[in-house]
Formats: sequence, structure tokens, C-alpha cells
Amino acid sequence: MANLKNFINQFNVVGQCRRYRIDLWQCPTFLFLIMGLIIIVAMAATYFIARLYTSPEIVILLEATITSVLFIIGHLIVHGFDGLAKLNATMSDFISIASHQLRTPLTHLRWTIELLLEDKNFGATPKQLEHLAYINDNSKRMVTLVNDLLNVSRIERGSLILKPDSFSMEKLITDLINDFASTAQAHNISFETDIATNIPQTYADPDKIHEVLQNLIDNAIRYTPNKGNVLIKAEKKNGLVLVIIKDNGVGIPGEDYKKIFQKFFRSPNAIKYQTEGSGLGLFIARGIIKASGGRIGFISEEGLGTTFWFTLPIVKP
Amino acid sequence: MSENQSKKILFIEDEPDLQRTMGEYFIRSGFNILKALDGEIGLNLAKKEMPDIILLDLILPKMDGFQVLAGLKNDPKTKNIPVIVLTNLEGTIDVEKALRLGATTYLVKANYDLSELVERIKQFIK
Repeated sequence: MANLKNFINQFNVVGQCRRYRIDLWQCPTFLFLIMGLIIIVAMAATYFIARLYTSPEIVILLEATITSVLFIIGHLIVHGFDGLAKLNATMSDFISIASHQLRTPLTHLRWTIELLLEDKNFGATPKQLEHLAYINDNSKRMVTLVNDLLNVSRIERGSLILKPDSFSMEKLITDLINDFASTAQAHNISFETDIATNIPQTYADPDKIHEVLQNLIDNAIRYTPNKGNVLIKAEKKNGLVLVIIKDNGVGIPGEDYKKIFQKFFRSPNAIKYQTEGSGLGLFIARGIIKASGGRIGFISEEGLGTTFWFTLPIVKP
Repeated sequence: MSENQSKKILFIEDEPDLQRTMGEYFIRSGFNILKALDGEIGLNLAKKEMPDIILLDLILPKMDGFQVLAGLKNDPKTKNIPVIVLTNLEGTIDVEKALRLGATTYLVKANYDLSELVERIKQFIK
């Protein structure tokens, strides 16, 4: 039913152009439609006029007029496409420039606070140190938001920047678990790892895969309230590296399955369990895994927990 | 600590505040620091002092980071010094160009704590 609806919507040209927020007379789809109509009318008119007036000059004049009109419309169509392409490029530039501008003061914030916090002669009270740590956390959060913005924009354009290299998945997982140690403790979560001994080096961008794993582990912790377990497994399967993150938390409701990887989607469970988030993590995770030549998916049962998995290539393809 | 003492790092970065912050942290970590506030001075300092590693920003006065990188890699004296591009710019073209010109790696400043930067640099200095 939804497919039929989509098919019919394709013919709603005016609606489409309105959605792109461009002037109807600059919208290539609409102009194509007009051109089609003119061709049909022109063919009919030519037939009838040629029947009524036998002198070839009239017919030639008519053909010349119609051809000129079609030529002008063709030009408008190309102009419309050109405008859209320019807009696309401008948006891309804008996001690059904006992220650079935002990152500069964030770098200052982050590094200055780090210097302060590591200064043994700083002499701040525990309360003051707490405040500083709070500022530090929030400035790092902003850095993540800026990166998310850039990543989402790039994933949508298919221009994600990857710096592939051979790396150890085991080391990546172990380091991450250490990073999450205090958060896990605060949420009463225990980690379990099961990393196969024969696991080969993974070939992908380690920083980006770090981001994917961080997202998945973060979700696992968040959606496992009270006490719980998060299992991280890595093994070689079918010539690929397979990573599994399994939690015994609240699970994903069936009606949300289709939307889970969508941009900005936040499950009603998120509100129910009062977790924060931008709704971009899984969208970005999927974008990264796909661009790295892998696949990502999940299995879930409401009330029992969720298992996210992804695969990555081993050798340089 | 002792293995850091002989290591010389050259910062080519046009913001004096960042130079100061990075400098302070790296000196505390036991490195010798050289600073350059523009590309031209940076390139000349590199040729004169032969640092163990260079941290290079891309947006610089007089000579931009790409030109400095090309200059370093074209000189047989300096071409083997590892160069880490350290910038907040991250255009696809920027990254590709930097790696193509011979940068060892490309790091976005805002994504790393200073302690993480030190770890990365120690990896590359070998």
C-alpha cells in the first residue's frame, strides 16, 4: 500500500517542487512536465494546421516557433539543475566552514581546561574541580555534536572521509571498555568480553569504528536501567570480522524496528527511560559501516534486551 | 620521561594562544619545543633545526600548510621528518591533498585531549 502511494506521489510534481522550496519555474521536474505538454499540443496543432493550410511556409513558421519555445524551456531546465547543484555545493561549504569555526573555540576550551586540571599547583577546592570537570564534559559534548553534524552531512552526500588502516579490534574494544568503566559502574552495568584468539587485523578507519562502537556501547548502557550485563563479542566469520554488542536491557519495541536507523529518530523508550541523545548515533553508525564495506543489524526482544552486530572486511579489498 | 628529552617537536601554528597551551603541555611531558607562527618561518626552522616531528596547521600566513608540506617533502634533508597535519579544517579535499603531499596523518585538533596528542606523537616519533 505504501509503495503504491509512493508511486502516485512521484507524479505530484508541484508538491515535490514545493518541498525543495524552489520557485516552480526553476524546478526541473515541473519544467519537464510543461515541455511534455507543449510537445503534445505542438504535434496535434501541427497536424490540424497542416491540414487546413497547405502552404509549406505556414508549417515551417509553426515548426520554427514551437522549436524556439522548446529550446527556451530546455534552457530553463538546465538552469534549474545548475541552481540546485550550486545550492548543494554551498551547503557543503557552509557546513565545512561552520564546523571549522565552531571547533576553534572548542579546542581552546578543551585544552585550557585540561591544562588547569593537570596543574598540581592549581589549588582548587573539590567543588571547583567538579565544576571544571562539568565544563570539560560539556565542551567535549559540543565537539561530538559538531562531528555528528559533519558526519550526517557527509553520509547523506556519500562523501564520508575514511582513512582505512589495519588495526586490532581487540585493542579498540579493550580501550573503550576502560573508557566506559566509570559510566558502567554508575549505571550498575558489568561488561563481559569474548574476543576470539584467531581474530585477524581489521581493515577500516579505526577512529570511525571507535565512534561506531562507542555509540553502540553507550546505547547498550543507557537502555539497560538497574543492574545489567553488556557482552561484547568479536570473532572471525565468513572471512569478515564480526562484532556483537548484546545487552539485557529494555529492548526495542517492534513498531520502532523500521525507524531505528533513521536520522533524529528517538524511540518512545528513550523518553520513558529519560535518556539524552541526538538521535543521530545509529544513523551515523550505519553510514560508517556501510561506507567501510560492512553490514550492520540488530535483533531485539522487548523486555529481554537487544543485540547489535556489524561486520567489517579483513584485508584491503 | 628520559626518552622524550632528546625529542624536538616543531609547532607550525598561527594562533599564539594555542602555541602557548600546546607548548606548555608538551614541555611538561618532557619534549623540546620549537615554535613558528607562519609557514615561511616554519619551513626555514625545520630545515635549520631538523626536528624529530612536525605538527603542522593548514591555515597559516605567508605560506599555507600545503605549501610548507610540499617544501618539506621536496627537500632531501627534511623529507623523512614525520609531519602530522593538526587542524580544525576537515574538508574531503583538504584531507586527501594533505595525505597525497606526504603527511603522516591528519588529526582534527578539537577531537583530542592534549594527553591523547602526546600518545599519538610518541607513536610516530619512532
